[in-house]
Order: sequence, then structure tokens, then C-alpha cells
Amino acid sequence: MRFSGLRILKEGLTGNRGWTPHWRDPAPKSEYDIVIIGGGGHGLSTAYYLAAEHGLTNVAVLEKGYIGGGNVGRNTTIVRANYFLPGNSEFYSHSLKLWEGLEEELNYNVMHSQRGLINLFHSDGQRDAFARRGNAMINQGDDAVLLDREGVRKYLPYLDFDNVRFPVYGGLLHPRGGTARHDAVAWGYARGADSRGVDLIQNCEVTGIDIENGVVKGVQTTRGAIRAKKVAMVVAGRSGQVAAMAGMRIPVESHVLQAFVTEGLKPCIDHVVSFGMGHFYISQSDKGGLVFGGDLDMYASYAQRGNLPLVEHVMEAGMTLMPMIGKAKVLRSWGGIMDMTPDGSPIIDKTHVEGLYLDCGWNYGGFKAVPASGNCFAHLIATDRHHAAAEKFRLDRFRSGVGLMDEEGTGAQHNLH
Amino acid sequence: MRITCPICGERDRREFYYKSAAVALERPDPEAGDGVWNDYLHLRENPAGVTRELWYHETGCSAWLVVTRNTVSHEILDAVLASEARA
Ligand SMILES: Cc1cc2nc3c(=O)[nH]c(=O)nc-3n(C[C@H](O)[C@H](O)[C@H](O)COP(=O)(O)OP(=O)(O)OC[C@H]3O[C@@H](n4cnc5c(N)ncnc54)[C@H](O)[C@@H]3O)c2cc1C
Ligand SMILES: [Zn+2]
Repeated sequence: MRFSGLRILKEGLTGNRGWTPHWRDPAPKSEYDIVIIGGGGHGLSTAYYLAAEHGLTNVAVLEKGYIGGGNVGRNTTIVRANYFLPGNSEFYSHSLKLWEGLEEELNYNVMHSQRGLINLFHSDGQRDAFARRGNAMINQGDDAVLLDREGVRKYLPYLDFDNVRFPVYGGLLHPRGGTARHDAVAWGYARGADSRGVDLIQNCEVTGIDIENGVVKGVQTTRGAIRAKKVAMVVAGRSGQVAAMAGMRIPVESHVLQAFVTEGLKPCIDHVVSFGMGHFYISQSDKGGLVFGGDLDMYASYAQRGNLPLVEHVMEAGMTLMPMIGKAKVLRSWGGIMDMTPDGSPIIDKTHVEGLYLDCGWNYGGFKAVPASGNCFAHLIATDRHHAAAEKFRLDRFRSGVGLMDEEGTGAQHNLH
Repeated sequence: MRITCPICGERDRREFYYKSAAVALERPDPEAGDGVWNDYLHLRENPAGVTRELWYHETGCSAWLVVTRNTVSHEILDAVLASEARA
């Protein structure tokens, strides 16, 4: 289905009865060349690039729920390329470039808005760390501007600059950072994959992975067995369980991350802003809601909802940084399951089973990775070679200790990222 | 979430520091090899359901606890002193 201004006008005048589904609802075939487990952002973009860039269309995406029901529809939609370490740096840079061409590529309005992201700092030490990060971003070919206090005031006049504990010293501006409409990203990739012949199969949970003599043969699902030459696991927070179906234990612990949205307000926060106190970040959606969040709840969880202490903490942080938001009413809060790795960085790799591939470990930052993850994972599945932008995302880095990407510098340990 | 510390009684989650699955109690031999150490340090069962984990009663009695907890419902099923769980 396509959209146009004329069509919207016509449908508006005739009761919006002519719209049709964006993608088909096929029954699973008994065999595919490639089966992708998980219809989140990463699974859908993988399917899209397999079809669009490698001409592989005998592909199925198996989703246990519905398209967009996982983290791809639960995140706070921030898109940025401000990583520091080799590995992450080139990957997120690649992803941001794909974002910049995404609406044209998909012919779909994903509302990518490069409104600028400002990470605030509140001490000399933090300023040095952000200056260094900014240099790393510039070296990677991306953009960064170090703002002093008065520079920040021009963009964000509403902050409490003189907070006693966390006075605003300045901020690192990433002009190409911003947000996008998360659901539209899922829908756009889904439509693009479907129209090229990929079967998107919803309400189809994978319950087993068939392996014979070290070679993958297919999957067992709630809608029957499906044979496949290659199987790709892309299930974010559920990665541990799905990998266990292939007899694997992986370096992932699933945690809950909460987010919040207020009632719609007139435009007041024009950028994405993060508080350097610990963790609080905020942006305003195009509908007017203030979308904000903070840290993980910091315990293993599959609940898709968190606890009140974190809610209180996030509200306190927001009120400390920008007291003007205090009268806005919170409409909703929710949680998503994050696939946390010990070093806080992702995995895109083959496994010990021939024909079985793994894409996981997106932690709390995998929305911005959706284009590049699909692009690089499709490349790996199609060619059996790592894409240059993702070649450091190896599974064996934990075993060898070589190539760990610990952006926070806290050590490769569960519970620290 | 509230955890019943065997020493202090039922306390708010905020008094505790979480330190992942209780595997840390089974530290391997230093010479056991990188496979065993990778397993111990990084690889996790990560169950959706009942699991055993280490919590530290940081702002209470400073005891390390082995807490049995459901990761889907957040229900706390049991909490014992790590020193006793180990014995
Ligand atoms: C509150 C919150 C805020 C966030 N904010 C940001 C942000 O601002 N910026 C950013 O970059 N990232 C953010 N993230 C992280 C980002 O949303 C995730 O890293 C990313 O969406 C994960 O990849 P995905 O889209 O493929 O996951 P999902 O959408 O979760 O997809 C995985 C899919 O696999 C399916 N599945 C699982 N098991 C099976 C099975 N056995 N069989 C079949 N299907 C199965 C699930 O149903 C699910 O649909 C945030 C996350 C949360 C929760
Ligand atoms: Zn105690």
C-alpha cells in the first residue's frame, strides 16, 4: 500500500474505507532458504536488506507476537552516533548514514528528525571526558560541538543552570542526533521486505531449533515445523532462551528499562537532552508528549514493567534539571526487556552451529542500530563474511578478552552496564 | 520489590545492590582454562522464571544474600545468607 497527499484527501472524504494492510498475512511454507526468528526492528531490517541488497527473498520472519510489539515499539526513539570506542564508533556511524537515507530507501515517512542531541556536563572531569568523546566522533567523520554554559543557555534556556550539586558547565552537541517514529521504522521495513517477497509470519513462536551433525536444519514453531538452510536469531531480550534451543549459553542477562510519556504539550523541548547527573534524558514527540527515561531498574527481569524506586528517581532527576516540566501530567509508563551483555556492546556473529547466526546484545541502545544491524547481519548471512562496519561484534571476545568494547570503562561484568 | 533479609527483616529494594546470578559462589580454579572462566564470568542461564541471584544488603547489615526470585513476576521466594547457602 502506498500513500500520497491526494489519496489521504480522497480517503478523508470517503470515510477512510479504502486503506488496505501494509503487508500480507501468509501461512508459513514448509521450507525457506532463510528463517529469521524475531520480527522486531532488527529482524525486519535484516529481512529487508537480504531481499533488497542480496536478492534473497525465499525468507520468512517468524514473530511470536505481532510486528512492532517488542522493544522496537517501546523505546524512546533516540538516534545518534556518539560512541567512543573502535567497533561501536564505525558501526553507529554507518547506521546514522543509513538513517539519513532511510525514508527515500523505504519510501516511508519514519519521521527521522535530526533535531540535535545535547549531553550536559556538570564538572571539569565530565567536560574533559565529553571533549574527548567529541574528538572521537569527529575523527570518525561525524559531528560534535562542545558548548560552554552560555552556549547551552542559547539552546536550552529552561534548565536550572545553578543547581548546587549539578550546575550546568556545558554540553556536547551532536547536531545530527535526534529521534524517529519507532513504529514507522518497523512498518516501513516490514512493508519493504514483504513487497519483495519475504513472508512475515506473526503469532508464530519458535519453540525449537533443529540441528543435525552440527548443521542447522530448521525450526519448530507453534505453527508447525519449518525447514531452513539458514536460521538467524534476532530476538533481543529473549536471546538467552532462543539460543538455549540451540544448546548455547550466551553472555546476555535480560533487564527491564522503563520509559515515560506526558500528556501532549505545545513545543517546548526542541532537542534531545541528557542530564550528566547519572541518567535522565528527554525529548518531545511530534504529538507533543514529553518522552523521557533513565537507567535500568538494575535487576534481571522479563516483566516488561519496572518498580517504583526507579520511577521516583527519574522524576526527581527531571525536576532537578528542568523544573518547568513539573506540572506536566504523566500519561503512561512502560518497560521493555533489554538484552544486556557484560561489556554493553552488541554481538553480530556466526555460531558453532553451521548455518545458525546470532544478532543480539543491543542493551538499551538498539533502536538507532536497526538499519546497520539489519544491513550488516544480512551481509553476514548472505556472504558468510562479516561486514566491515560490524566486524568487531564477535561472540568470542568475552572468552578471549580481546576486543571488548566497554564504553563506560567499568569492566566487562554483568550488572555494570 | 521488597526483600526479607534474614538479619534485618523485610526491606525496600533500594537498600540492596544487585550482583547478577549466584554463580559467583562457584569460583573456578585459576588454572581451569578460558572456557570455564568465560562460562563463570559471562555466560548466563538468564531464565524467564525462577532464578538464584546475589544481592548485597548495602545500606542495612552489609550481608551478601542468595535471593531466589521470579524474573517474570518479580516475586521474591527466598533469601538466605550467602555464607550459609555456600556451606
Ligand atoms: C524503554 C526503552 C527505551 C529505549 N530507548 C532507546 C533509545 O532511545 N534509542 C535506542 O537506540 N534504543 C533504545 N532502546 C533499545 C531498543 O528498543 C532495543 O535495543 C531494540 O529495539 C531491540 O531490537 P528489536 O527491535 O529487534 O527488538 P524487539 O522489538 O524486542 O524484537 C524482538 C522480537 O522477537 C520476538 N521473539 C522473541 N522470542 C521469540 C520466539 N521464540 N519466536 C518468535 N519470535 C520471538 C519478540 O516477540 C519480539 O517482537 C530502548 C528500549 C526500551 C525498552
Ligand atoms: Zn540485612
